[in-house]
Amino acid sequence: MKPGPAHRTRSSRPPLAEIVFWLVLAAGFWLWPSYLPLASQVLIAGLFALSLDLVLGYAGIVSLGHAAYFGVGAYAAGVLSKSGWGEPLSGLLVAGLCAGATGFLTSFLVVRGKDLTRLMVTTGIGLLLFELANRLTGLTGGNDGLIGMEMSPVLGAFRFDMYGKVAYGYSLAVIFALFLVMRRLVNSPFGLSLRGIRDNPARMVALGYPVHRRLIAMYTLAAVYAGVAGALLAQTTQFVGTDVLSFNRSAELMVMLIVGGTGMLYGGLAGAAVFMVAHHYLSGINPTYWQFWLGAFLIAIVMFGRGGVLGACLRLERAWRRRMSRSAAP
Amino acid sequence: MITSLLGVLFDGLAYGMLLFLISVGLSVTLGLMNFINLAHGAFAMLGGYVCVLALQRWGLPFLGALPLAFVISALAGLLLERVLYRHLYHRSHLDQVLATIGLTFMAIAAASYVFGPLQQPLQVPKFLSGQVSVLGVDVNVYRGFLLAVGALLTVALTLALERTRFGAAVRAAVDKPRAAEALGIRVGLVFETTFAVGCGLAGLGGALGVQVLGLDPAFPLKFIVYFLLVVTVGGTSGIKGPLYAALLLGVFDIAGKYYVPQIGAFVIYAMMVILLVLRPQGLIGRK
Repeated sequence: MKPGPAHRTRSSRPPLAEIVFWLVLAAGFWLWPSYLPLASQVLIAGLFALSLDLVLGYAGIVSLGHAAYFGVGAYAAGVLSKSGWGEPLSGLLVAGLCAGATGFLTSFLVVRGKDLTRLMVTTGIGLLLFELANRLTGLTGGNDGLIGMEMSPVLGAFRFDMYGKVAYGYSLAVIFALFLVMRRLVNSPFGLSLRGIRDNPARMVALGYPVHRRLIAMYTLAAVYAGVAGALLAQTTQFVGTDVLSFNRSAELMVMLIVGGTGMLYGGLAGAAVFMVAHHYLSGINPTYWQFWLGAFLIAIVMFGRGGVLGACLRLERAWRRRMSRSAAP
Repeated sequence: MITSLLGVLFDGLAYGMLLFLISVGLSVTLGLMNFINLAHGAFAMLGGYVCVLALQRWGLPFLGALPLAFVISALAGLLLERVLYRHLYHRSHLDQVLATIGLTFMAIAAASYVFGPLQQPLQVPKFLSGQVSVLGVDVNVYRGFLLAVGALLTVALTLALERTRFGAAVRAAVDKPRAAEALGIRVGLVFETTFAVGCGLAGLGGALGVQVLGLDPAFPLKFIVYFLLVVTVGGTSGIKGPLYAALLLGVFDIAGKYYVPQIGAFVIYAMMVILLVLRPQGLIGRK
């Protein structure tokens, strides 16, 4: 089964814009040299939001506990490096596998039931892991956090520096690679079948698709991505606190993705950028101020705007094209 | 051993009663309109702050502050139902989750702007504080008071739902909104009133719970899991389900924290996930 032409025009919209997007990110070393640590945080949050997009935007599972897998990845990478294995790439791999295993095991609980049950189960799983990290002080350091991570240089050549240059390049390279995989995947028949499940599960069952198995596969994969994001955060900041598993992180993640737009791949990255930069500046003025307007903004998005920032851009672009073609026609 | 067991049971029941009072309104919105309201805890918080203000600034007696907390929370519920909630009834669950999380964020920010981020102290009147000995067990008077109020309200709610004309209208609107509408019941008005009463009860619960649950701006997020748990475990049909679920939850939570403090809230969350997976329709709910 090949993706139809209608689908193709939507998913692989001007590749030029995509190339420019990644080139700008790569040029970040010169464009925002003094903000590289913030930029790495944005990238990591973007990868995490991409992971939620797989679950929410493509598979249609509303989750408020996605930080569980982020946290598992972060702790896996942290504990690994603390116990003497400081090689970053293999650390990422192990963290991704740990998070993926957790995701696979919990996915059986999640894919049962409907929206509310799923919401509650994912929240419950997140809270469970948070409590666990809080209690297992021997492993996680509990409330004090995991201190004393020692990272080896990336590829044996690039040592993590205090200006965040290596951290930025490392995060960008990892995220770019994972993004390419994801881009290929969501446009494959597998990705299309997931969208079908999201929009009409009963029909997909009737068509003979193994709905549960597809959802479990996607959920597991999303957990791997979340775990890698968590591991990236742990490795680049060389610290893990229990907040990696907190409910707030899951809720803010949801906000980022919604702000950016769901089911569009770039929505997560765009949302993370808008969210983190706004957070950086507004909470500098006053933290409560920030939370209030974030709430108001969420309500406004639900009431008035569909598809988030990216959706609004696309609408603008479409309107502009229509106008161009109209003025060109007569 | 026995006395500590009885003490834990008593505390747990009082705690559960409080959870029930706060959550019963949520079970109505979830059951009636299948509406996910994550901002429900904000109404409880509002009630708590009204109570604190009434006692400390306006010099009202505690027993006078409680009805005030009910009324103001109910009015806030009514207002928000008209402005916001009404437009979300027919939207997707994701939209409901987002909008109500947004509302929760706004409530938290507003509360910490007005009252500051610290826990609010509350002095309950003399006749409600201290301990009395009943059959050799030391009983906290305030917890006894909570149980009494809870029991009273449960009876009143049951009677209102099963014996009054309005209660019949509510039940009809739950079961078949369109048929109820056709029979001349103004379903919108019924929903609106029930929603307001639910918010009022949450406010009352919040006011009563300042002593037990504490009160700070993070309240709505801290306890929302418990409230949702009461509803999802209790099912959404009638009053009994949420009541049993709340009492069970209260006793388990207190017992867990008392006997195995090292695992703490772990018990509750594990119980929740297992129950949800085994019985998604609730403990005694209908299919």
